[in-house]
Amino acid sequence: MTVAIIDYNSGNLHSAAKAMERAAQSLAHDAGQTVIVTSDPEVVRTADRVVLPGVGAFADCRAGLDAVPGMVEAMTEAVKGRGRPFLGICVGLQLLAERGLEHGVTEGLGWIRGEVDRITPNDPTLKIPHMGWNTLEIAREHPLLAGIPTGASGLHAYFVHSYHLKPADGIDLLATTDYGGTITAAVARENVAGTQFHPEKSQTLGLALLANFLKWHP
Amino acid sequence: MLKVRVIPCLDVKDGRVVKGVQFVDLRDAGDPVEAARAYDAAGADELTFLDITASHENRGTILDVVRRTAEQCFMPLTVGGGVRTVDDVRTLLHAGADKVSINTAAVNRRAFVGEAAEKFGEQCIVVAIDAKKVSQPGEENRWEIFTHGGRNPTGIDAIQYAREVVDLGAGEILLTSMDRDGTGQGFDCALTRAVADAVHVPVIASGGVGILDHLVEGIRDGGASAVLAASIFHFGTFTVREAKDRLAEAGLPVRLD
Repeated sequence: MTVAIIDYNSGNLHSAAKAMERAAQSLAHDAGQTVIVTSDPEVVRTADRVVLPGVGAFADCRAGLDAVPGMVEAMTEAVKGRGRPFLGICVGLQLLAERGLEHGVTEGLGWIRGEVDRITPNDPTLKIPHMGWNTLEIAREHPLLAGIPTGASGLHAYFVHSYHLKPADGIDLLATTDYGGTITAAVARENVAGTQFHPEKSQTLGLALLANFLKWHP
Repeated sequence: MLKVRVIPCLDVKDGRVVKGVQFVDLRDAGDPVEAARAYDAAGADELTFLDITASHENRGTILDVVRRTAEQCFMPLTVGGGVRTVDDVRTLLHAGADKVSINTAAVNRRAFVGEAAEKFGEQCIVVAIDAKKVSQPGEENRWEIFTHGGRNPTGIDAIQYAREVVDLGAGEILLTSMDRDGTGQGFDCALTRAVADAVHVPVIASGGVGILDHLVEGIRDGGASAVLAASIFHFGTFTVREAKDRLAEAGLPVRLD
């Protein structure tokens, strides 16, 4: 079993890979998952699971992804063609949208209907980026969030972002967080999922979510 | 609800912590990675490494520290000290830093902030501001940027500078009062408030924490989104948990996971 973490020159893949390895080690009954950081479309095409991290601006990340020849096609084949479980992290989630509105309009992958727009808290004193630890509210039960304490007294996830995906289909929303209004925290549709927060930086909650992803059989 | 952050800061020189963490039994109190693990376990919300390595030959030592920390601590890590080029930022981010803090290089050349933010995103560019009060008693408060550990005045107004670097793309401000740093007398809350009100990004208050109520003041009176401290944690005067309990008692939202 291979988990491909897509390397398209977008920041810190090291911690995503290490956190995924740690999560894999916690799964005694589902062991033998090999985590590979790769920019090779062939590895992505044949992977059992695909992870798309991403930090920075939407347009830059999209350009970075397009700059790896054959990568979008390979992802599409693995995920849409072969039904492999997919996890987007932060801008990796945002890229699932139809379009991003950060510094102009940029086309996304269109795997989740909706747009990525700037956070506009109803309290003008709230700082942007939304940076730090926040709790999750479940919008829809999902295997990715199984066993994770949520709600005001639940575990915290680490966020750092100024934009978020607004799903056009409410059913795609898995979890939200509150920051002067409702912010998208996690989405999923069929075998495609994403988190706006950074599971690889979210300690207990993050490792639990990554373990859930490795066990997920959509 | 977003929680206020408590951030221990470790000074690292030639790959070793300068003030070793003494609140737990560590095999090697001078190993930054062990210190980072201890803070991770203690519930720190983030960790900051400040690299004060002087010699150019040893500057690579911080990369190994960052790499090993990121392998073991699944919490956000900021690294600063001697960051001068876009390549420096890239190398630290690729080693596992989540945010990189820029200080003197931004004072010398403001455009560097914009170049780094454009390349890696605003969310990972912190601008560290070391400010000192220069107004006389009775005058309106005025703070100036100082470099080289508070020795060199620059003539640059701290509030104006904060606005400028945020406009260029700084995603966060790490604000240190050079008047208070190391004194244990508490943050310069007037400075913190002036910067926090001037910019739309989070401000981390730093410099001067001696007792836990200082942390409360930094958030409540200073308007900071996060508080950074070194000695009170390293020497075990207070634990991270005690800090958070005090913040919670004051009605401020904290993470107690």
